[in-house]
Amino acid sequence: MEKARSNVSFRWQWSMAWRDSRTNRRQLLVFVSSIVLGVAALVGISSFGRNLRTIINEQAKTLLGADLVIRSPRPWSPEAEVLLRTIPGEESREVSFLSMVTFPGHRDTRLAQVRALEGEFPFYGEFETEPTPAAVSFRLGPSALVEESLMLQLGLQVGDIIRIGSFDYQIAGKLKKVPGESGTASMLGGRVYIPMRYLGQTRLLQAGSLANYRAYFRLRPGIDIDALGRRLEPSLARLQLDSETVEERKASLGRAFQNMYHYLNLVGFVALLLGGISIASSIHVYVTRKLNTIAVLRCLGARIGQTFHIYLVQALAVGVVGAIAGSLLGVAVQWLLPTLFREFLPIITPFSISWLPVLEGLAIGVAVALLFSLLPLLRIRRISPLLALRSSFESQVAGRRDPYRWLIYLLLILATMGFAIAQTRQWRQGLVFTAGIVISLGFLALVGRLMMALAREFLPNSWPYVWRQGLANLYRPNNQTLVLLLSLGLGCFLITTVYLIHYLLLSQISVSGGSSRPNLILFDIQSDQRAAVAQLLQAQGAPALQQVPIVTMRMTQVKGQKVEGLLLDRRRTIPEWLLRREYRCTYRDHLEDTETIVAGRWNGHAEPMSIPAISLEDKTAQRLKVQVGDRLDFDVQGVPMTVTVGSLRKVEWEKVTPNFFIVFPDGVLEKAPKFYVLVTRSQSSQMSARIQQAVVSQFPNVSVIDLALVFASVDAILSKVSFVIRFMAMFSIVTGLTVLAGAVITGRYQRIQESVLLKALGASRRQVLRILMVEYLFLGLISSLSGLILALAATWALARFLFRFPLTIAYLPTVAVLLGVLGLTLLTGMLSSRGIHSRPPLEVLRSDTF
Amino acid sequence: MSKSVPVLNVHRLTKTYPSGDRTLTVLKEVSFSLGTSSTLAILGPSGSGKTTLLSLCAGLDRPTSGSVFLQGVCLDPLGEDQRASLRNQFVGFVFQTFQLIPTLTALENVMVPLELRGSNQARHLAMELLERVGLGERLDHYPVQLSGGEQQRVALARAFINRPRILFADEPTGNLDTETSEIVADLLFELNQAAGTTLVLVTHDHELSQRAERIIRLRGGSIISDTRSNPQLQGN
Repeated sequence: MEKARSNVSFRWQWSMAWRDSRTNRRQLLVFVSSIVLGVAALVGISSFGRNLRTIINEQAKTLLGADLVIRSPRPWSPEAEVLLRTIPGEESREVSFLSMVTFPGHRDTRLAQVRALEGEFPFYGEFETEPTPAAVSFRLGPSALVEESLMLQLGLQVGDIIRIGSFDYQIAGKLKKVPGESGTASMLGGRVYIPMRYLGQTRLLQAGSLANYRAYFRLRPGIDIDALGRRLEPSLARLQLDSETVEERKASLGRAFQNMYHYLNLVGFVALLLGGISIASSIHVYVTRKLNTIAVLRCLGARIGQTFHIYLVQALAVGVVGAIAGSLLGVAVQWLLPTLFREFLPIITPFSISWLPVLEGLAIGVAVALLFSLLPLLRIRRISPLLALRSSFESQVAGRRDPYRWLIYLLLILATMGFAIAQTRQWRQGLVFTAGIVISLGFLALVGRLMMALAREFLPNSWPYVWRQGLANLYRPNNQTLVLLLSLGLGCFLITTVYLIHYLLLSQISVSGGSSRPNLILFDIQSDQRAAVAQLLQAQGAPALQQVPIVTMRMTQVKGQKVEGLLLDRRRTIPEWLLRREYRCTYRDHLEDTETIVAGRWNGHAEPMSIPAISLEDKTAQRLKVQVGDRLDFDVQGVPMTVTVGSLRKVEWEKVTPNFFIVFPDGVLEKAPKFYVLVTRSQSSQMSARIQQAVVSQFPNVSVIDLALVFASVDAILSKVSFVIRFMAMFSIVTGLTVLAGAVITGRYQRIQESVLLKALGASRRQVLRILMVEYLFLGLISSLSGLILALAATWALARFLFRFPLTIAYLPTVAVLLGVLGLTLLTGMLSSRGIHSRPPLEVLRSDTF
Repeated sequence: MSKSVPVLNVHRLTKTYPSGDRTLTVLKEVSFSLGTSSTLAILGPSGSGKTTLLSLCAGLDRPTSGSVFLQGVCLDPLGEDQRASLRNQFVGFVFQTFQLIPTLTALENVMVPLELRGSNQARHLAMELLERVGLGERLDHYPVQLSGGEQQRVALARAFINRPRILFADEPTGNLDTETSEIVADLLFELNQAAGTTLVLVTHDHELSQRAERIIRLRGGSIISDTRSNPQLQGN
């Protein structure tokens, strides 16, 4: 009996919820719109990420172009050759290095990544070239495949000649895509492929030259790659060679992209949280309008739980509809994303719907909507039926002391933290994200309220009525000013911060390459060329500012432990790359101004007959787990050498001068084979081009890095990254504008009444419109200024504590964001208010109910 | 039901509110009792405590001291939901401002009390009652589409649908013109008589109060008189 009654009650609550929403569905739809964008962002990014993972799995072999690749930072030793010959299958080899490429017909030079290829690489996937046959034909003669962007920059055509070192190659085709590489791979220098058998003619590679060597393998069918890996591991460790299999590439790419889309998901989640806050605010207004209905229902015998459920069902419906609409939009967003990420992706991701992210988005959307809705809905529990008798009776609403309210706050914080931890897979980052959100919202609310209070306090009474009324409107009963301030402010904060950080990073490079600092770096200068290159620079009006000798070496022991053994030790904590790498060290008797000793003592001259004391970069020392006094052993191009750590140095890497992990004192490496790096400064881009041409024509093996071009490359990468982040931050701004439109529509009746009353009191239509304009103007201004203050604070903190740069502010984008948000707020507000002023006064004054 | 069991028994009811530093006494030691099918009008000027008394009798509010027994059940120890359940079972309401739910049609408004009970007769009985109050043609109209008099007739139908033992009417004609007031008052008494419901009527309207069997006059929160009304006017 009781069960039957409870079923009836359940049905009645749902049917009452449906009936009660009848005249408010348009309004409820507006609430729905608050979470649509947040859910869309989450679903779009997650679906895209999932697709990407699937594609990475499906196209794994084309990501590497082979089953196995072995890499070496030096030419293959006879032992390495023996090892490579034991690998069963087809082999292809590549030697890659940075070099200047000249274009005889165009009087221009450019730094390029030259890759000499032998064999049939890629074994899986193919070079995308134009014309298509060039991918094969360039291997047949002295031809080259040249990066498409490089050809575009220099106006080169297929059939033109390029010169690498001392040899000319005919361009066989434009290189559009290399399997497994994204567009950013060519940022430092365009890729140029040549056949290996014409590499020698360049005469570029000499002992000590900087080059990378790769051997690609297509394994014979039936070969167990894991077993092969286990067999090769000890030899690879002994020879300090590096290997990568398809599985490893898959895992590392998967991790990289997972990180990327998890962080973007967090930006999307911010939009959803804003939507949630907006729903809480809208439902508060909604419940306020329903107080009477709730009181009447209570008079007629409805229980507290029943009235609560009627509105909970409506909130749930808002969440479900919003989440469904958001998911649909998310699928559309996903369609856009491959274009957005094109530059960063090594593979093309075709569009397909992934249901799991859609379901996740739905669940998260509904949960966020529901949790935020509960805050205003709690109040229903305290609404007295007495309100039906006395409209002036102020019911005891759920105040701060309501324990459920605190429980919901706690749940919201835990949910945010849970989501962030699930995305970042790190407790600390999840906590930092949640704390960041709470602090940002708290700060925005504080700054916004303070600014509003100041505006109210200091707005002179002598100001026109229109201005005073416009500001007063922000304080109207049931206003949603705070939630608008939070959503617009947070969006503005995110976008401005991204702009400011982008500018900050660029400004550092431009400062480093600025007035007195070097902006041309010449490297791979052989000892016998050093004086002549310096002379050439002098003759061009750009004397060498620094001449730095570089000696390459391999680490063989750390504190007496063999590197080979360390590499095989699965419990080791020293990163593999640090053990395998080719160390490029310098020697000098002084410290540069980018270096500070933090431990031990720097001695610029080696003590005769004693073990040399080197200076190690402090972070490298931390990673190698060594301290002052510890022993390190190196193989300096065949000569063993033992050193001790004499001092630890902090290095300012952001300053673009030759910086080193290891600096030797004078008197140790002078006789070792070495090359030099020279840095100089050119006064203009023309001078830079002239120097590059002169250097390359006389010293083809010398490469020149033009920092202006590096600057342009970094700018291009940062622009793309910041565009992606801005794209995600736009979800917050647009959510803010949706909230604004929603708030105007929610408060429409109140506005209509006010406008009619004002008209009845003699205000002109123009004055009423101007009052609204002033209201939106204040709202936009206070929101964007609050966001801006927060953005400046965040940028300052990042500059000070993360990047350790002095704060520089990009005024133009800052003002542009400010004006943009202001303009959009005004436009959205005025568009949403359309029709409010055309209602006939009599109709409005007579009607009692909405 | 025997007349000897009071439907409503009010015993030394007092209600005070804090007002700044002082305590405001709205109702002071009010006691009375009502039998089945009796009609009572509570008269008094604004602020005399009429509505407060009504709200306490219906269990909408809690007294500072004293007790209310509704259908023999003491309201004091009951929680909000138990009171709501009791109201749904025994009480009907008519409000001065009609208090129809704006999002429900006339028919749906009338159905609510029975729907809350889980009755499957709600629609049928609501249609009958609306027919009886002369709104058989306006079942699907929303409150905003009805005149004041029509809205109050819907409210009457809603008040009677659960066959209440007691009906509380708070200024039922207070928002209506004279002509409509008379129609609504006639209907109220007619339905009340037919259902055998006890009626508690709060009003300013002297003429309306005369139609009740008994009149309690309040001033300053205390009963100043408790009289039988003019029997000749009753039932008019």
